[in-house]
Amino acid sequence: MSLLALTDVARSFDVSPPWLDRVLERKPRAVLKAVDGVSLAIATGETLGLVGESGCGKSTVARLIVGLYMPTRGTIEFDGAVLAGEGAVDSAKQRFARRGMQMIFQDPYASLNPRWRVADVVAEPIAAHAPETPKGELASRVAALLAQVGLARADGSKYPHQFSGGQRQRISIARALSTSPRFLVCDEPTSALDVSVQAQVLNLMRELQHRLGLTYLFISHNLAVIHHIADRVGVMYLGRIVELAPTKRLYATPRHPYTKMLLAAVPDLAMTGHQRIAVAGEVPNPLDPPAGCAFHPRCPYANERCRHEAPALQAVDGATVACHAVEEDRI
Amino acid sequence: MQGGRIEAGAAHAASTVVEPLLAVSGLCVEFPTRHGTLRAVRQVSFEIGAGEILGVVGESGAGKSLTGSAVIGLIDAPGRISSGEIRLAGRRIDDLPYEAMRAIRGREIGAIFQDPLTSLNPLYTIGAQLVETIATHLPLTPAQAKTRAIELLDEVGISAGARRFDHYPHQFSGGMRQRVVIALALAARPRLVIADEPTTALDVSIQAQIIELLKRLCREHGTAVMLITHDMGVIAETAHRVAVMYAGRIVEIGPVADVIHHPSHPYTLGLMGSIPSIAADRDRLAQIDGVMPRLDAIPDGCAFHPRCNRAIGRCLRDRPELEAVGATRAACWLATAPGEA
Repeated sequence: MSLLALTDVARSFDVSPPWLDRVLERKPRAVLKAVDGVSLAIATGETLGLVGESGCGKSTVARLIVGLYMPTRGTIEFDGAVLAGEGAVDSAKQRFARRGMQMIFQDPYASLNPRWRVADVVAEPIAAHAPETPKGELASRVAALLAQVGLARADGSKYPHQFSGGQRQRISIARALSTSPRFLVCDEPTSALDVSVQAQVLNLMRELQHRLGLTYLFISHNLAVIHHIADRVGVMYLGRIVELAPTKRLYATPRHPYTKMLLAAVPDLAMTGHQRIAVAGEVPNPLDPPAGCAFHPRCPYANERCRHEAPALQAVDGATVACHAVEEDRI
Repeated sequence: MQGGRIEAGAAHAASTVVEPLLAVSGLCVEFPTRHGTLRAVRQVSFEIGAGEILGVVGESGAGKSLTGSAVIGLIDAPGRISSGEIRLAGRRIDDLPYEAMRAIRGREIGAIFQDPLTSLNPLYTIGAQLVETIATHLPLTPAQAKTRAIELLDEVGISAGARRFDHYPHQFSGGMRQRVVIALALAARPRLVIADEPTTALDVSIQAQIIELLKRLCREHGTAVMLITHDMGVIAETAHRVAVMYAGRIVEIGPVADVIHHPSHPYTLGLMGSIPSIAADRDRLAQIDGVMPRLDAIPDGCAFHPRCNRAIGRCLRDRPELEAVGATRAACWLATAPGEA
């Protein structure tokens, strides 16, 4: 039974020039398809990792799930309630269901209000979802949350600027846990941190998952971090998932040429001295994505079919891959 | 591979005996503030030979970027070099007047910074920026400078250089902009390049391309590179030697394979253990508890002792100096004088 299910979710943004420019300079409307038909399901207690390069739509997926954006197409179902798309439940029920999910943001310097004391920051979601909570109970709850992430009760009366980056991310985690959610969307939670601090935060997130039975959607561009934390991994390219597989399987035998390229590009700490496959090119402009498979201009296996027909995700021994070459057994 | 590494190490050992291209000794950088003087870089000494890539790693605030800025003479006031000396091919450069340093910067020492967008002027074409740099440093006619600029673009992997010559920075993607920045840094064929987090702002596939480019340039032209980054993976792939910085000091320096696989300093050990790896399956990452001390509160003795789980009485009192431990040099009482511990 999956806790969260996305079915063919898409979100596009109108990035057209202003009306006058369009009229005078005859510029066309421009639509950016940030997410273009993503389907995925996350089971209770699982960590799904989402990797991809900048602009591939991973953060948009996160924002769609927590309701910061509404999808242009597709449905999002969480804990048995349809939150967006066809058959969506009414707003009171949405509000209730959304208590079960929280988000942790990338930049711990920007995501905490600098004029609020830490205790108020952590208490805000409780006050929003359960305003009837008595003050005394609120204070003890905040103290317990701070203790849970390794901070002292006295830290509650300090301001965010008195903390280091890693400690601030702990505060973000305490805030996210304040409504006792079952599901956390973590959008690059460790990218702004130094490695030693990143290790502290990753260890903490794992501990909390074991202790509280949390489910994570963990978004990162760092393949090693995803390898460490995730049970299953989805690889995104230009708004679509190109490969979705259990972590071990994905890292041991990547199938999609893009996944192979990404893995080959990771700097190798073990210094095995293996020759990298140098991949030319960069991610194309998402405003004008290539026809057919979006990866074909960079793909060494591309053929005529790849240039015209977009591949769909298909099950290939234990994983799902969207690639004509894999489907035709060419690689 | 193993053999190659040893050869590289031997070649390097030979080159340092001759004369290092860059020799920094006892470098201190300090910032006077209302609340007293902050010493951000303390007694840093290292050398880089021609054709060598020295990696400098450490967490934010460890002083690695400041060390780089000190070498190119770009420390913002009120910060200043309070002691120590920097020699480029034997010539002292840290006490040069502004104009003399300006002539060296770009001509003899090139610089590549983290953010390729802010390193380029958005109002000029990249061609104009390249030609300006080339004409400043080399005695070439405008036509020759243009030819050279197009050659440079080609060298850093920008195809159709003649057409791209007239484009503005915003017309390039992040990876392409960083190539332009590298082309600018190399315009006058400097003997030393300071690369401060050159790949941090880039995606992993582009990062791999830029690393390859840096390595190739270093190999083909014998350019020495001081590569400052917090990404150990980039260092492992690129550098010959690596210096690990903590709280303004170098705590360990040595050949890259030794530092990564057999670190002598507990901080290096902890740093290595805290990096998630694709090769290893670990349930828990090693973690160094606590955070690096603030500059105004660096503890006595070894600066790392409050976070070190092996600290002994001596670590709290005396500050260890860099001493040879196996193939590397480390500043740690446990590593350098285990008997006395």
